[in-house]
Amino acid sequence: MSVWLARLSVDRWRLSHAPEARAAVDAAPTALIIETAHGPRITAANVAGTAAGAHAGMLLADARALCPDLAAIPADPAGDLASLEKLALWAQRWGPWSALDPPDGLLVDVTGVAHLFGGEARLIADVTRAFAQRGLAARGALAPTAGAAWALTHYARAGAILDPGDDPLRLLGDLPVAALRLDDDVLTVLRRLGIKRLGELAGVSGTGDDPAQEAAARDALRRRFRNHRSPAANPLLRLDQLLGRVPEPLLPVIARPMPLVQRRLMEPLRHRDLLDRVVNDLAHDMVRTLEARGEGARRLELALWRVDGEVLMRRIELAAPTREPAHITRLFAARLDDVEAGFGIEMLQLRASWSEPLHLSQADLDAAAQQHGTALAACIDRLTVRLGPKAVTRPVARASHIPERAQSWQSPLAPASLAQNQLAFHTRPLKLLDRPEPIAVLYASPDGVPQRFRWRGQVREVARVEGPERIAPEWWRERSTARLRDYYRIEDEAGRRYWIYRQGINGDGRGGLPDWFLQGLYA
Amino acid sequence: MFSKPSPARILSRALAETRWRPGLATQPFHSEIFAPAGEASGTGLALTLAQDALAAAGEGDNTRQVLWVQDVKAIRLGGRPCLAGLPPGLRHRLIHVAAVTPEDALFALEEGLKCRDLACVIGEIAGNPRALSFTASRRLSLTAERNGVRLWLVRLDAEPDLSSARMRWRVSAAPSPDPRWNSAAPGTATWHAELFRARTHAPGEWILSDDTGTLRIHRDPDTGLLAAPDLVGLARATVGRSLAAVARA
Repeated sequence: MSVWLARLSVDRWRLSHAPEARAAVDAAPTALIIETAHGPRITAANVAGTAAGAHAGMLLADARALCPDLAAIPADPAGDLASLEKLALWAQRWGPWSALDPPDGLLVDVTGVAHLFGGEARLIADVTRAFAQRGLAARGALAPTAGAAWALTHYARAGAILDPGDDPLRLLGDLPVAALRLDDDVLTVLRRLGIKRLGELAGVSGTGDDPAQEAAARDALRRRFRNHRSPAANPLLRLDQLLGRVPEPLLPVIARPMPLVQRRLMEPLRHRDLLDRVVNDLAHDMVRTLEARGEGARRLELALWRVDGEVLMRRIELAAPTREPAHITRLFAARLDDVEAGFGIEMLQLRASWSEPLHLSQADLDAAAQQHGTALAACIDRLTVRLGPKAVTRPVARASHIPERAQSWQSPLAPASLAQNQLAFHTRPLKLLDRPEPIAVLYASPDGVPQRFRWRGQVREVARVEGPERIAPEWWRERSTARLRDYYRIEDEAGRRYWIYRQGINGDGRGGLPDWFLQGLYA
Repeated sequence: MFSKPSPARILSRALAETRWRPGLATQPFHSEIFAPAGEASGTGLALTLAQDALAAAGEGDNTRQVLWVQDVKAIRLGGRPCLAGLPPGLRHRLIHVAAVTPEDALFALEEGLKCRDLACVIGEIAGNPRALSFTASRRLSLTAERNGVRLWLVRLDAEPDLSSARMRWRVSAAPSPDPRWNSAAPGTATWHAELFRARTHAPGEWILSDDTGTLRIHRDPDTGLLAAPDLVGLARATVGRSLAAVARA
């Protein structure tokens, strides 16, 4: 069964008004618009707007020329899709399995369930009535395949039913080729070929009088769309899907409720130790819920309802899926220090808004290991909760020659992306300063390498030098005035080893005399 | 005649209990290294000592993580670790913690020492903050010894005040030996290290160097002997036998 919510976005916008204001809203010509590169464009219009001349795809300026008092409301495609997902779940009241048909349709598998509603005609009537009660205009149709049902909802009279015994080509032959769910450019091609109706396309699919001529025509059409693998671009494939000759896989919608536990308290809580105990109970409840689903929490949100109606939120994120009540309690305890209880807290709710699969494991062995120390993930969590997520990181290599760009910092337990191994032609320093510090060259040797320089207020004599190693600027991301760098490894008279560089060379036309910087410290 | 050990070797073996040398089987769990902030000698020695201890414990090439904690002042003075310059065995298993205050750094050090999945913990704290008192260092020692995770704490520009660290080093950079191919270039990392407080060893001074991840005594100032004359290990001493004899044996 296919359901088409022909005016989903307009209906949603209309439902956002109070019931008594809806009559006034219906009377005013209104269009939903979306901003495009060429100015606002209309995506949908209500009945009064359509009567005034606005239709989808028009520029708002053109529509305003026809109807100056047309009101423009920004459209909400993301909200439409979200509500369509909810409707798809709700539509599972008519069948065990439903799928989205964006932007404004639903597909429900009603194989063998029509008798529960008293027949197929009554099933369709029930669908129309249920959607009308929700304030949504819907057209439903029943057919043996999803493609045929979609074609019937969009291009046949409302409530059409195609029996499995009927010949689909004979009954659907008069529908336009747009009923095949094709892309616009493919429709243009078909129109230029002179194929306007399904029957004409079906005429080349093996049901005509002269089989040899039919086969030749079908072969020509197949060769024309030979490179179009996607069903939406290949009319023959779509036609075969409509007739049920090839399968059409659909992605079902499955409801996944968020794990949620809560406690209503007889007496409002005003003391911290009681709060800790309730949080501990909630953590145990949550762990039981998660265990039943075979999952571990990655993000936990604790909401505290105060007597005066205020709601306090505390949120923690975990480095790895966790199902340990003691760990959860401990992390929340660090975040509950600044809770203002006021006249008391009367309800607590804990929900896991992000959870990941975590297989059941033997608890006793882990408890024994707990005596000997914490796990790495628990250690990272404790550090992250106190120091913040940016403070605990792991260095990973990045494809760049500029030393400070050659490594980035990522979350410690995230998998490292694959990188090409660096060729160890040059020795790199053990530590890099966050920003290179300028050094004052007091005396340079004839080839330009500093012999004596001042850094952090101390004068150093250079005893040994290796270099230069020239690193050119990355012209594909830096400005054209960025200067190259000549790196030198140096050792001063006391044995301190540094990595210095000269930014630019004399006469490169990108600034005056080049400056010297100290960037790294060797061990 | 070559199977019999020389008297000097017997003597050194007997003194090994009191005299520190690289590769000892029993290593302390909490060491402090005092180093100037304008050079990376402190962290270099800490990393090499850590590799030495891990190799002596027989887990030189495992995949457990290494935690490196720095406070903000230490990052400003000495910079952050550079991935391409780290020892190759540590590159893929380093977790870096940038703590804002010394208190946070001490918290991170202690949490790291409690974690059984860490190979060792390296800390860098600049100066003598009030938080790093004798009590705090005692906490670190006890945690490290209870959980069996080793800690090397590098103190940049700090005075050696009261501490319960089992071994305390003072280190500074030393002129490096000539590299084999380019005598004008800086050589391998070399430090002048002084062990000034240790529970099981006598104090002493050494010139230590990092031979591609292995800690070596470059020159022993006490005896004046060059313990490892050929540093990089490119050519081996034949000890009185020709190379042909070695090959035949």
